[in-house]
Amino acid sequence: MLFGKAKILRSHGWQYIPDLKNVTLTEEFRGFPLLSDTDTKDDIERAAAICPTGAISTSPLTLDMGKCLFCGECARCAPRNIRFTNNYRLAATRREDLIVEVGQTEPKFDREAVRPEIAKYFGKALQLREVSAGGDASIEMELGATGNVNFDFGRYGVGFTASPRHADGLVLTGPISRNMAEALDICYHAIAEPKIVVVCGSEAISGGLYAESPAVERSFITKYKVDLWLPGAPTHPLCFIDGITRLREKR
Amino acid sequence: MELYLKTNNTASAVALADIPQVDYEALYADLAERMNDSRYHVAHYFATEVEAGLRFYLLLLDDTSAEVLITSFQPDYYSEEGLSSLTALHPAFHPFEREMHELYGIHFNHHPWLKPLRFPHDRRDKNSTMDSYPFYSIEGDELHEVNVGPIHAGIIEPGAFRFICNGEQVLHLEIALGYQHRGVESEMVRNQNRLRQTLIAESIAGDSAIAHTTAYAELIEKLAEYKPDMDLARERVVAIELERIAMHIADTGALATDIGFQLYQVACEALRTMTINTTQAWCGNRFGKSLIRPLGSNHPLTAEKIELIRRNVKEIRRRYNEVRCDILEAPTLLARFEQCGLVPTHEMQRIGGVGMAARSSNLLRDIRATHPSGYYATELHHTPITKRDCDVMSRLATRLDEVLQSADYIEQILADYHPTDNIAKPDYAAPLRGEALSFALVEGWRGEICHVALTDSCGNITKYKVKDPSVHNWLALAIAVRSEGISDFPINNKSFNLSYCGHDL
Repeated sequence: MLFGKAKILRSHGWQYIPDLKNVTLTEEFRGFPLLSDTDTKDDIERAAAICPTGAISTSPLTLDMGKCLFCGECARCAPRNIRFTNNYRLAATRREDLIVEVGQTEPKFDREAVRPEIAKYFGKALQLREVSAGGDASIEMELGATGNVNFDFGRYGVGFTASPRHADGLVLTGPISRNMAEALDICYHAIAEPKIVVVCGSEAISGGLYAESPAVERSFITKYKVDLWLPGAPTHPLCFIDGITRLREKR
Repeated sequence: MELYLKTNNTASAVALADIPQVDYEALYADLAERMNDSRYHVAHYFATEVEAGLRFYLLLLDDTSAEVLITSFQPDYYSEEGLSSLTALHPAFHPFEREMHELYGIHFNHHPWLKPLRFPHDRRDKNSTMDSYPFYSIEGDELHEVNVGPIHAGIIEPGAFRFICNGEQVLHLEIALGYQHRGVESEMVRNQNRLRQTLIAESIAGDSAIAHTTAYAELIEKLAEYKPDMDLARERVVAIELERIAMHIADTGALATDIGFQLYQVACEALRTMTINTTQAWCGNRFGKSLIRPLGSNHPLTAEKIELIRRNVKEIRRRYNEVRCDILEAPTLLARFEQCGLVPTHEMQRIGGVGMAARSSNLLRDIRATHPSGYYATELHHTPITKRDCDVMSRLATRLDEVLQSADYIEQILADYHPTDNIAKPDYAAPLRGEALSFALVEGWRGEICHVALTDSCGNITKYKVKDPSVHNWLALAIAVRSEGISDFPINNKSFNLSYCGHDL
């Protein structure tokens, strides 16, 4: 029996990523999009027409990562206009910074918009309460993965807690189903001040495919101050780790 | 007159005009008898608005002959008598009758449990809300109730569990769902943008994105009279088996977590990471979103990707087998899992249990074997894995064996595969057959997924119905924990790992 366990341990080896700040994802990963203008607008208009969440505007050309589900279909319609890179550092501190413009090479992370007390109170330890309000389970699993043997975000004092009373902030996933809106609100108020709000995943940011559904109720997003926006469908664990890390850095 | 139209999971869509419209009393009498035979189970049963009221459609599966039996009926719109409840005889009908009652106010006479199913936005009675769910209660000085949810202690989806306990022992568990309802079925028909529909299918249950999207793609292909190229069918099977491996490993780890067995937990976390990173290297997304598309693929396999998948799957199989062998002789684990959370075979059949949970209760429900389509139908002859003990350990043991089986299938499929450029690009605009009913049955890692669509005369999809296996299996969890200690609820819950969003839609 001990022999069996030794075998598992030997095969398991070391799994954690030593430096979470220097990871390169596979080329196939669709992260930050690069936009270019072309003389003809035919391709990009086709791409805008097929985009299921209306993330693309054509004049001027912009792509809203808060709506984008990173399916990559637009880059196939208009390869000269849109190219997805494997840059997963998509976090933004202001909603409007998620709208990518032509020629932009890096996502915008506005440090000025970060409240100074965040680094002061949560720089050493940060416990979060996740609330899924219509999330499709993939994003919840990715948030769970941030603490697993591979990413081990816990080494920086960041984790998820069961009770909102023990939490320093709320992580919202899902387009906010109407049936969950009240529970989400109660959970928010159960967290003591000062607290942060992280909106995780394009569906939570904009409603995504369900933005117009009568079954969602999105007033939470406008009612409370959001500190961090994390696009993705689902948000990659590294995007979450990178965003939270930068949010907590001292200026 | 024939009561049913007989078709199967590989045939193309059927014309609405060909579906018999029968008398409900005659159908009721037939089903009352027929459903006693375990070869039959109900795949879908729903109502849709037509000019003169409601038309009901029923899809019944015959696991022995691989036939799919379809029928319909249209009761008198002005009749206030209601319909005789099939649930009263065969509990497997309960979610379907409850859904129709909730949406359209149809009364099912003598239904034993005619409660709200998911509080959809278009429900008939808007006064019925999440907060007014009519929980069952028992009077007694020695009993107490425990309410859990909707927000749970972990990073998981919401749902409410109400236990009635006698001391530590659970007498009754009732599960109230609907918190995750986003309006999937109505968003599916908001417009005819098929890329949008594909992405909605991917979001029905994120952990089964590949399986649900495969169901959508097959349904559309049947309406478009398109037979997928064998290479495309082959690659879809690789994708769906990778998803099965990833989730079965995740659940092995989750079960270990709940009994504090850290070695298996971390080993499985690493192996699941390796599996989903393989999927990511294939299509750019760890859950296989963007991988399955109707009438083609944006990510056909290349020689390098085949090599990567084969190498990783081989390594995952080897290492998972080490965990598996150790689990099977770990007394502390077996002591917790064996004889815990029993759902006997006949109970499982009565409630309509499907998928790996049913197979763990020795009930053979596996679409890959009984109603195969695509590559399963022609090339890969699947042998389902069943277990006899009907407990938590059986549900773990099914996973332990299915991971190895799926890994072997992937190796078998890819070993002699030399991709050509045959695989077409996806087509989101192929004309669809009008006035037709199309369905797809897919065995996801949880079990049977059934999608059904109806089209109008222009070939537009006017009705889209989704059934996740969780719709059947939530009741199995409620039965499993009866008379168990309440502290064993987490391992029972993980042993099923059912979908909230797949149920709530």
